Amino acid sequence: MIATPHVDWFAISTILVLLGAAGIALLGAVLVPQRWRRAFAATVAVLGSAGAIVAAVWLYVDSASGHRVIADGFYRDRWTALAQVIICAIALATALISVEHIPEEHVSEFFALLLASTAGMAFFVGAANLMTLFLSLEWFSIALYVMCAIDYDREGSLEAGLKYLIVGSFGSASLLFGSALVYGATNHIGFAEIAQAVAQHGLHGDLLLVLGLAMIIAGLGFKMSAAPFHMWTPDVYEGAPTPLTAFMSSATKVAALVLTLRLMRTAFPQETHLWSWAFAGIAVASLVIGNFAALVQRNVKRILAYSSVSHAGFLLIGLSAGTALGARAMMFYLVPYAAMAFGSFAIIAARERELGEAVTLENLAGFGWERPFLGVAMWFFMFGFAGLPLGGGFIGKFYVLSAAYEHGWTWLVIVGVLATLVSLYYYLGIVRALYVRPAATVGAPAIAGGSPAREPFLHAAVGLALTVSIGSLFAVGPLITLARHAAASLLF
Amino acid sequence: MSIASFTSVLIWLPMAAAVVVWILPLSRYATGSLAVLVSLVEVGLWIEQTVRFDFHRSGLQMSQDTPWIKDLHVSYHVGEYGFSLWLVGLTVIAMTACIGYGYWVGRDHPRAYFGLMLFLTGATVGVFVSQDLLLFYAFFEAMLIPLYVLIGVWGGPGRLGAMVKLLLYTMAGSLVMLAAIIVYGLKVHTFDLVDSPTSYSRWLFLGFMLAFAIKAPLFPFHGWLPDSYREAPPEVTAVLSGVIAKAGTYGMLRIAITKFPDPAGFYRTSIMALAAAALIYGSILAFRAPDFRGVVAYSSMAQSGLIALGLFSGTGLGYDGAVLQMVAHGLVSVSLFLIAGAVERRTSTGEFKLLGGMAKGRPALATLLMATGVISLAVPGSASFAGEFLILAGAYQRAWWWAVIGGVSIVLAAMYMLRLISAVLHDARGSTVSDTALDLRPGELALVVPLVGVLLALSVWPAAISHHSFAGDNPATAIKAQFK
Repeated sequence: MIATPHVDWFAISTILVLLGAAGIALLGAVLVPQRWRRAFAATVAVLGSAGAIVAAVWLYVDSASGHRVIADGFYRDRWTALAQVIICAIALATALISVEHIPEEHVSEFFALLLASTAGMAFFVGAANLMTLFLSLEWFSIALYVMCAIDYDREGSLEAGLKYLIVGSFGSASLLFGSALVYGATNHIGFAEIAQAVAQHGLHGDLLLVLGLAMIIAGLGFKMSAAPFHMWTPDVYEGAPTPLTAFMSSATKVAALVLTLRLMRTAFPQETHLWSWAFAGIAVASLVIGNFAALVQRNVKRILAYSSVSHAGFLLIGLSAGTALGARAMMFYLVPYAAMAFGSFAIIAARERELGEAVTLENLAGFGWERPFLGVAMWFFMFGFAGLPLGGGFIGKFYVLSAAYEHGWTWLVIVGVLATLVSLYYYLGIVRALYVRPAATVGAPAIAGGSPAREPFLHAAVGLALTVSIGSLFAVGPLITLARHAAASLLF
Repeated sequence: MSIASFTSVLIWLPMAAAVVVWILPLSRYATGSLAVLVSLVEVGLWIEQTVRFDFHRSGLQMSQDTPWIKDLHVSYHVGEYGFSLWLVGLTVIAMTACIGYGYWVGRDHPRAYFGLMLFLTGATVGVFVSQDLLLFYAFFEAMLIPLYVLIGVWGGPGRLGAMVKLLLYTMAGSLVMLAAIIVYGLKVHTFDLVDSPTSYSRWLFLGFMLAFAIKAPLFPFHGWLPDSYREAPPEVTAVLSGVIAKAGTYGMLRIAITKFPDPAGFYRTSIMALAAAALIYGSILAFRAPDFRGVVAYSSMAQSGLIALGLFSGTGLGYDGAVLQMVAHGLVSVSLFLIAGAVERRTSTGEFKLLGGMAKGRPALATLLMATGVISLAVPGSASFAGEFLILAGAYQRAWWWAVIGGVSIVLAAMYMLRLISAVLHDARGSTVSDTALDLRPGELALVVPLVGVLLALSVWPAAISHHSFAGDNPATAIKAQFK
């Protein structure tokens, strides 16, 4: 008889709800007749992620004092719970836009995988040792690989899936190798134990440990699509089904950043100066590469992909400060960022469906007047990304730059400010395409005939994203309080 | 409702109206009427505030203070001083005229248009009443967003270039200011403008000044100006030069000079030199400009230079004159741009070589353009004369040759304004001026006449502003005490 650890079922209730829903959605692929399959799977996905949000909120309320559960493999604390709330909310919105935008074939499987990968992320953000970290990383990544390629009649989708698989596996391998080196140096895989071992045995600056840390950072860098580990991002974002791109650009980034900060804080506090500088470097690289590469793109999904790279940079500024303020700043910024990233890709999905081809700056012309709500929402998202005070993105930028300054890095503030200035050009390019560029000069877009689809669910999801994005400007106080309590779990 | 909450209402009423206009599918007529009505309510609220304002008391009035981001000490703090009250008045009056103009000419996409104009009103009032640096920054940026779209969608043929230029220039300044705000606010542990102490940092001062110098604009940061002023619809240009540009000079007064007295003194000569350069160079360009709007645009740049000259003279007369001139020039340039719009509607051009002889048979147009033009060139007895005289007197107290430079510019102003008046109204009849081109219509008169009326009232009693801008009518002391 193998001894099993005591399981705190409540601590993993979010994950269980999501997995249960994934199972039901998958059963639907077999048991539910074809014509109800879409409605069934979508309902299960929406209810499942709503249930998971409830569970995560409950967990947040009930986990004031953070501790580890299940053989010290998982953190039950507010940092986990808050990240789970954000991720599950993104999953809910993704389910909404997927209702109208995922092709008929494999629709149940798509929703099942969506729920499964969300469950993986919900587990990932609470991982407490290198083993659960790697397992949950693979868990959600594999689901994402499959979802990227689910539209396999389209060459782009297949290519995206393959590219993501190969590059993602490279990242995972790097992470795994790094973990092995850290284990070799410290003889432990638990985050807290690693830190203890380093302190006890004076492993500070040990070559094996530092090498392992570097490889772990690289592995996680792939997931957060920070430069120079971003090469897959534009291709995969472009090729994947757009609802999935929306999900990846927001949820994956939340999961990766939240986990990274926890890992750095709890496992490598003695090496703060090292990872702090490393992440500052990565942040600068992301800001520079992301912003300059976006300038020359014409495909809107690629522009937004590079914008996502540059935002990894902004978020990493908060992380690299390595302070309580930095953690708070990053957690806060993730909320409007996720809303804006998700919402903008959702809008592109609508245009893509309308045109039946890739959305470029040229064929976006006039969209703002044709679909007023989506146009205005896009306008808010783009200006919000650029840090203009039309949403929480403005406060987010202010916060991360404040964290950098408080850390004594005025130069990073200046880099951030300059990067914002560069980014303005391409965000405004999109707004310009929406409203200003006359449609006549680009020829009539090939609209499939009739008025555009009504897409009530997509509108609801975009409305949700818009509400969060604007609301976070006014509700800064409460959100910061939540983030503060969450960050308190990281032993600042 | 307490009088203090009026300040917030002035910001949020038009913003709320903008949202209503965007959401409700109202007709063109209803949308325009609602927008005009809201802007008139704004004027009414402002008059009520002015009546209740205690001009003798020092310190912030009509203020509201609520924490916004507690852990960084950022608050929603709004309130007014004498000079901010006048600038708010300028904003609401000018915006009413410009919204009315948009209604009169019947802009396309009325809901989007009026929503943006209302949003612009709220954001601009916000700039003048914010007493917290981050809040100030938020409104300072928020002004830009509607402007960008207004130029981009309703502007002339070269609008694409104009909007990008405007945005990149102003954002470059603003973002540097954001960095300065973060550094300053975190250093002194508050972003509150009333509570924060003065600073000696020259870098921070320059960070703020860059943003204000671009917005004003001062030489050599005026690269965005000619394109934007020419390509924007006339009423938007009017707002841009009459009101938005004043946010730059307001910022110099409220933040750069007040919070950084030492660096302001250190850089005084250089900034006054830039201001003088803007003044002379702008006047010369205005004299050379081939079109109506070009003249007014460059004259606005010259006037911004003059106002900055008054502010950085650091003398009581200079401050008083600067505030008066901000309001007077704001009204003048709004009137002139609206008249320019009226002329362009009739002739579809603003080029002088295609215009001329419009006075004949069009007495209202001739009278109004003449009256505004004469006030603009600071004829003795006008509000602008009072403003310029005070500024020059202030500059003279600093050093006599500053006043000489200023004096030259007044001569130049007379030259370019008279050139404009004669090119449009007199001379031989231009090729685009048809006999059937109408005089100003009652609708247009209803917009411009009140503006000119306010200008005439200020000409009669300039002390209404110059003696009621700073507590105890003692600007230098008030600024030294940081308006407490």
